[in-house]
Amino acid sequence: MAKVVIDPMSRIEGHLKVEAVVEGGVVKESAVSGTLFRGFEIFLRGRDPWDAQRLTERVCGVCPAVHGMAAAQNLDRALGVTEKVPPNGRLIRNIILACNYLQSHILHFYALAALDFVDVTAVADYAGNDPDLLAVKRFLASGALAPFVPRYEGDYRLDKKQNIELTRHYIQALRMRALAHEALAVFGGKMPHDVGMVPGGVICGPTTDKIMSIIAKVRAIGEFAENVYIPDVIAVARAYPDYASIGKGVENYLAWGVFDEDLDPDLTRRKRYFPNGVIIDGKLGKADPEKVFEDVKHSWYADDCAGAPAEAQTIPLPEKNGAYSWLKSPRYDNAVCEVGPLARTMVAYRSGDEACRAEVDRLLSALGAKADALKSVLGRHAARAIEVKRLAGKIVKWALSLKPGEPFCVEAPVPDSGVGYGCVDGPRGALGHWIEISEKKIARYQLVVPTTWNASPRDSQGRPGPMEQALMGIRVKDVDNPFELARIVRSYDPCLACSVHVLDAHRNLKGAIRIA
Amino acid sequence: MASQVKQIPVVWYQAASCSGDSVALLNTTNPNVRQVLVDEIVPGVHINLLFQMTIMAGQGAPIIEILQTTAVAKKGEYLLVVEGTIPTAANGMMGTSGEKNGRPCPMAETVADLGRNAMATIAAGTCASFGGVFAAEPNPSGSLGVRDFFCSRGIQTPVINVPGCPMHPDWLVGTIAHILLFGLHRPDELDDAGRPLEFYGVQIHENCPRRPFFDAGKFAKKIGDEGCLYQLGCKGPVSYADCPYRGFNNHTNWCIQAGSPCHGCTEPDFPDKLSPLYQKITEERLARFVLA
Repeated sequence: MAKVVIDPMSRIEGHLKVEAVVEGGVVKESAVSGTLFRGFEIFLRGRDPWDAQRLTERVCGVCPAVHGMAAAQNLDRALGVTEKVPPNGRLIRNIILACNYLQSHILHFYALAALDFVDVTAVADYAGNDPDLLAVKRFLASGALAPFVPRYEGDYRLDKKQNIELTRHYIQALRMRALAHEALAVFGGKMPHDVGMVPGGVICGPTTDKIMSIIAKVRAIGEFAENVYIPDVIAVARAYPDYASIGKGVENYLAWGVFDEDLDPDLTRRKRYFPNGVIIDGKLGKADPEKVFEDVKHSWYADDCAGAPAEAQTIPLPEKNGAYSWLKSPRYDNAVCEVGPLARTMVAYRSGDEACRAEVDRLLSALGAKADALKSVLGRHAARAIEVKRLAGKIVKWALSLKPGEPFCVEAPVPDSGVGYGCVDGPRGALGHWIEISEKKIARYQLVVPTTWNASPRDSQGRPGPMEQALMGIRVKDVDNPFELARIVRSYDPCLACSVHVLDAHRNLKGAIRIA
Repeated sequence: MASQVKQIPVVWYQAASCSGDSVALLNTTNPNVRQVLVDEIVPGVHINLLFQMTIMAGQGAPIIEILQTTAVAKKGEYLLVVEGTIPTAANGMMGTSGEKNGRPCPMAETVADLGRNAMATIAAGTCASFGGVFAAEPNPSGSLGVRDFFCSRGIQTPVINVPGCPMHPDWLVGTIAHILLFGLHRPDELDDAGRPLEFYGVQIHENCPRRPFFDAGKFAKKIGDEGCLYQLGCKGPVSYADCPYRGFNNHTNWCIQAGSPCHGCTEPDFPDKLSPLYQKITEERLARFVLA
């Protein structure tokens, strides 16, 4: 058996490795590993609890605002101010995070995923006068094609006109995602790593000027979502219909929900614009942070690091036998769960969220597809596009609900001791922060991030993680160009740099390692 | 692009990072991102961005090959941009990317190979410049900034630090443009921390729009108050960068303008010696800062 190495995976955030054993052209086994340890849980110990608000954002430069939100809610709880955050504070937090969603999803579809579906080289034959496309045409003629070549070859199915049009949208999307950052910076100060959220609320209040600035920017993004992004997802779906049936994954879904509409301290009762919920074996229930358990059987951590995040420790053990990842294996109520836009959409749809249902049904009918098609590579892309359209509309409503001159923050001094958690959904899925404060310092801080759920390694019961399961049984047409695996992995929008390894039963290919 | 356009090979390598500096680069406005990626960054010069993990089409062995061949075939011709720290604990095994001969490539070895043969290295962001958040005490991954790492390996390639968490895209693009237009920075164009003075020569506190409050003794006591943010932990008095004039995200805003104390994210001492971030700089802390 030969192992083909696709390492590292590009167009994702972070460092991850995926191995797949291919036999007779079909994936028989797969393993996903995080290949980078940074140790947030360790270096946060002993620090001032407020510092977690800023430092945890540095987990991810693509979606720092969701760490801002999880940290803020975690600290609100530990500092005893959960229900005291003023309405302006709650709404501005929603606006900041929602703008991050717009940025992250647009970035993901166009800059990260599109190059798997769109052939930029078609622009060489462009005959029009669009300045962006003419620049790409000159670029192609120069022959220096990095960073768009090398790439996988042999499965670009859009026609020339579509490829040219989507390349134009790729450049337009880069401007749109920057515009989403500009909208975020109105209250967040700067982006990435905004400074907007703090325990007790946010750092600044609304003014007419800020409200107008946000609305103008977000409306432009909403128009882009409706007239460009969603039609592009549909165009890709029509050209690659087989991707509506592969990459299904684990079919259990967890969403903490996000975008608070009230401040009920009980998360299972709090009203959120993207609702809280979990679907396990087809049954819908409420998602309760107490039911999370982290397994470390195959992770490079000491065995006694397993446990509930509120009690767990992080002791790295890079030599551990049988381990293959820096990620732990979080499980919910002993189930392997997918998190992210698809999970949120499944939960909202099943919960009877009318606005979500209307958008999903409209898109499915445009494609002539059934609801089951959502559980796929294309379904995840579609779920993101719908979220952008819905959030662009919702941000305008939140902005119009702001009240200039009214409070946006309450004081939140650090107590001698306390515990908290903040569980919210970010662009990539369910995110939890847990804190324990002792002598006014951080005694313990644990994070369970979205990609840890999706890219988790096997647990002590031998059950593979969601991405590992999604790769199982996949037919790989050409092991030199395993588009299928890259497209499936990217559909989860992993927040880690990946490396995909393919084991082929009969060939030992370029860059390959070992015959098993 | 005309055929007489000069091609400058650039390798952008992400070590232990959050990709925040790559994302910040995508926010560049003048030149815009299309001009940077496919056009001429300055008239007559195109950046041939051979490697950039966040946007490049390829993956796997072919792109690892790019790293290996560039270091050899384009020795002394390419510009290396490093984002993130270099993890050195556990023989570099706490941060690997790609495989060579069936073994994971430690980021440390890749950065050493690329760094040794580069024309110059730009450290993009505070982690690559000084260690930053990922090297925060007790630094469990043994993370180093590029200068310290090069020093530990005896690598002589010049390093220009472009810190910020993340850096402003103008600082990075402007630093590259400076090299292309005027050559590598002379020592008198950099400060003691290896930062280009044209971007980092400004002390934030002295140029802060809230400075009149400080002079008048009017201090914010809690978030949202009018006044100087010194007592809320503002590190403007020990931080250098042109944020007060430049603004982030197409000049939309910056930390102090939004109402947040400056955290000193462009400084070599960020975050450890500037913590707690929301507590004022005491004389004791300031002394520690100055003596460091």
